[in-house]
Amino acid sequence: MEKRVTFRSAWLPYALLAPQLAITVVFFFWPAGQAVWYSFQLQDPFGLSTQFVWFDNFIALFRDPHYYASFRTTAIFTFSVAALSICISLLLAVMADRVVRFALVYKTILIWPYAVAAAVAGVLWSFMFAPSIGIVTFVLKAMGVDWNWILKGDQAMLLVVIASVWKQIPHNFLFFLAGLQSIPKSLIEAAAIDGAGPARRFWSIVVPLLSPTTFFLLVVDLVYAFFETFGVIDATTMGGPAQATQILVYKVYHDGVKSADIGGSSAQSVILMIIVIALTAIQFRFIERKVHY
Amino acid sequence: MIERRPVLDVISHAVLIGGALVIAFPLYVAFVASTHSLEDVMRMPMPLLPGGRFLENYTQVLFAGTTTGSRAAVWDMLINSTVMALAVPVGKITISILSSFAIVYFRFPLRNFFFWMIFVTLMLPVEVRIIPTFKVMADLGLLNTYAGLTLPLIASATATFLFRQFFMTIPDELAEAARMDGAGPVRFFWDVVIPLSKTTMAALFVIQFIYGWNQYLWPLLITSDESMYTVVIGIKRMIVGGDAANEWQLVMATAILAMLPPALVVLLMQKWFVKGLVETEK
Repeated sequence: MEKRVTFRSAWLPYALLAPQLAITVVFFFWPAGQAVWYSFQLQDPFGLSTQFVWFDNFIALFRDPHYYASFRTTAIFTFSVAALSICISLLLAVMADRVVRFALVYKTILIWPYAVAAAVAGVLWSFMFAPSIGIVTFVLKAMGVDWNWILKGDQAMLLVVIASVWKQIPHNFLFFLAGLQSIPKSLIEAAAIDGAGPARRFWSIVVPLLSPTTFFLLVVDLVYAFFETFGVIDATTMGGPAQATQILVYKVYHDGVKSADIGGSSAQSVILMIIVIALTAIQFRFIERKVHY
Repeated sequence: MIERRPVLDVISHAVLIGGALVIAFPLYVAFVASTHSLEDVMRMPMPLLPGGRFLENYTQVLFAGTTTGSRAAVWDMLINSTVMALAVPVGKITISILSSFAIVYFRFPLRNFFFWMIFVTLMLPVEVRIIPTFKVMADLGLLNTYAGLTLPLIASATATFLFRQFFMTIPDELAEAARMDGAGPVRFFWDVVIPLSKTTMAALFVIQFIYGWNQYLWPLLITSDESMYTVVIGIKRMIVGGDAANEWQLVMATAILAMLPPALVVLLMQKWFVKGLVETEK
């Protein structure tokens, strides 16, 4: 799509673009280039000597069982977060779309966690689930569950999944609600006249018509779980216990900042960049398709 | 309403009430905990009704910080967060409205190249370039400064796209009329484009305010000086170790203070918030 009417100036467009391009080059391209450059280097932790090692950092990564474990953790984490937040939000949105009374009250309560920072969400949930003083721990103990996420990896994973899903529900809920409201009422009415009950209408009309929204949210939620949950994890488990919740992004941070392994961390950054590029490509292909939908 | 289904209505309300309770429960627990003494909070189970130490706890975190963890006063952190949450949307809106105006309303060499340059920044979130960006900031002497906190966050492809999309919907007749009346691009930008873009700006502002306020990884890397902490970082620094070592009532008071401004923005500007959210991501 192009404008028919344009202005002419030899310098003005460049001047208008300059601020954004300057920031983009200094804070995006330069560091990203550095990441690629460092990923081929071996540095000692004090930054005194540097050696060019070609693909050694990548080879070392792919020989490291911890890295595979981190991939596995990330896969479990991201898919749980995406699946749960989509299912729960869809259920809530369908119900909120049905009711008339109190609709605004429900909506307001359901969207406010969007305003909560990931790290704050982590702190809230780790407090409720704290092994010795948490209010939920108390209930779990009364039910005979031995709850201690500081020692048990699967419980730590469960905690970060719950906190991340809680934070993502408002976002998905709003998108589903907008999607539901854009389904023509006449379709639903026609189905009702033909004798289809609410369940039949949901599966045969609502679900297929919502599928573009659902797919879009799936990609967005995967990206969210991949990157934006850093705060949740850093404020609760810090990747532990025994790396049970160390997702890829957390490992980049941990290896680079805490362990000062610049080469290894940069190599991981480069792999992450490739993953983001793939995810973005999928998202954009899909958006182009949606235009024709 | 297509038909009356009383049973389904009851189920709907039940599901929504259940969902709302679960969603709101952490907030309630945090508020209750922030109004008690540490001994009460550490008791198992902790009380579920607000206590009487609201003023003491909040005054202490606001002006003195915690005693076991970070001693930085939350008041200063709130100011840092506010600066960040205002600078990010203002900066983002300013630079992206300018660049998308250039891309939409001018034809010039390398136009597509620049557009793609901005576009690919979508694929380079802070998280994938942690170490090198930190080094760049250190080289530029921007650690522990407001410029360092905000500048890298104001470049964004999403805002540029949003404005570009919106500019495409401005009728060509307006630009033609402006040109016939002898208005140049700058005049057209000020008198036509900016007034028309107000709703888009408002929606973006709300979303970016929340985004700026809630930043975590970036301030964590860039601030080592307590006086530069944002409130989200401050909470993390108050948590020093196991359950018993933390002053939970103060941590929760800080959490409430950290949630309050963005939550108010969401609730009071719900219309803009929903518009901004649905549009920026499409």
